[in-house]
Amino acid sequence: MQKDYEDIPGTFVFDADRSREGYHLNQFCISLRLQKNRDAFNADQETYLDKYPMTPEQRDAVLKRDWNRLLELGGNIYYTSKLAANDGINFQNLAGLMTGMGVEAYRDMMLAGGRSPEGNRYKSEWEDK
Amino acid sequence: MARIVAGVGCSHVPAIGVAMDTHITDQPYWQPVFKGFEFSRKWMAEEKPDVVFLVYNDHCTAFDASVIPTFALGCAASFTPADEGWGPRPVPMVYNHQKMASHIAQSLILDEFDITIMNEMEVDHGLTVPLSVMYGDKTPEDDWGVKVIPLAVNVVQYPAPTGNRCYNLGKAIRRAVESYPEDLKVMIFGTGGMSHQLQYKRAGLINPEFDNMFLDKLTSDPVGLSKMPHVDYLREAGSEGVEMVMWHVMRGALDEDVVEVHRHYHVPASNTAVGHIILENKDYHDSRKTLAAE
Ligand SMILES: [Fe+2]
Repeated sequence: MQKDYEDIPGTFVFDADRSREGYHLNQFCISLRLQKNRDAFNADQETYLDKYPMTPEQRDAVLKRDWNRLLELGGNIYYTSKLAANDGINFQNLAGLMTGMGVEAYRDMMLAGGRSPEGNRYKSEWEDK
Repeated sequence: MARIVAGVGCSHVPAIGVAMDTHITDQPYWQPVFKGFEFSRKWMAEEKPDVVFLVYNDHCTAFDASVIPTFALGCAASFTPADEGWGPRPVPMVYNHQKMASHIAQSLILDEFDITIMNEMEVDHGLTVPLSVMYGDKTPEDDWGVKVIPLAVNVVQYPAPTGNRCYNLGKAIRRAVESYPEDLKVMIFGTGGMSHQLQYKRAGLINPEFDNMFLDKLTSDPVGLSKMPHVDYLREAGSEGVEMVMWHVMRGALDEDVVEVHRHYHVPASNTAVGHIILENKDYHDSRKTLAAE
């Protein structure tokens, strides 16, 4: 199927294909919404992860907290943010990590009005950089 | 009969809730965000709706990936503020107007909007932050002072419902409200947005031109605005900016002629552009003016 949103740079649109790929990963992440599950996960991450039949790559990205890799492997930000919250990382600091800018530079960019859409609409605009 | 008199559009940024819950709203970072709601709180206190029909989205809190309803109407007696991973917000329980909610559910389905009925549901910041900004500080022991009928819209997994579908659902909600026999004053909230992208390398996208075009057209060209394709939101307003489709439900439930009585726009709150608008149905607006002049 033609996807008219695939040419947006630096962006994953969480469609059915991504949802299918990331299902168990995302279900693991959302389980951390509850304190009792956060406690169990933090006590023994490997054993907790055994309950979720995700791929070895996904599991590895969870353990390494490779935030971008999680998205590349079908994770969705509203799910992965639950893992971040477990680690004490809020949405803004998570964005600082995912953009590679670091927390402070990202916060400064937001204070200065955020990332402009100019030059950030099409993948072709990023290739020139 | 019950009637919808006004609509509220409002971002529901979780950090705004955190700022209120931790009492830091007068810090320089937050002060301009909350300044824009001063008018709104006075307005709510004067208007005192009996019921708020609140259109929002769940952020993978009450709904996990196992069931993804496009439109889910809250029909439970009450809704508990959820733990979203950092403990539940210290805000009041949300009470439904249960009889009206089930009337709306029936009416919508017979009107060919096949919504999902939720007889148990927790609610996240998408619902509680708009109530907080409009009603001010509350503790868990307080009452919101209004009955709330929640409508959760899927905007997490692509595709969200189209703007056009949302707009027409708003019209059907209005028909449902107006066929409810009790004299009740109802407001409708459309929440989420404005431009923001929370994920991956383009995170932090903000587009004030797009956002203000959107706010303008809610009054000047709501039908045209509702036809905008998803890819335009995703590209121009960020991947999470697509939440703005929910504002069309609010707009569709209002009269063709509305009066914009308040607007607030500020960047940033965390990763997000904060947008807020109050639209009164023109007839209602004029009738109040006449009343005030007498
Ligand atoms: Fe949201």
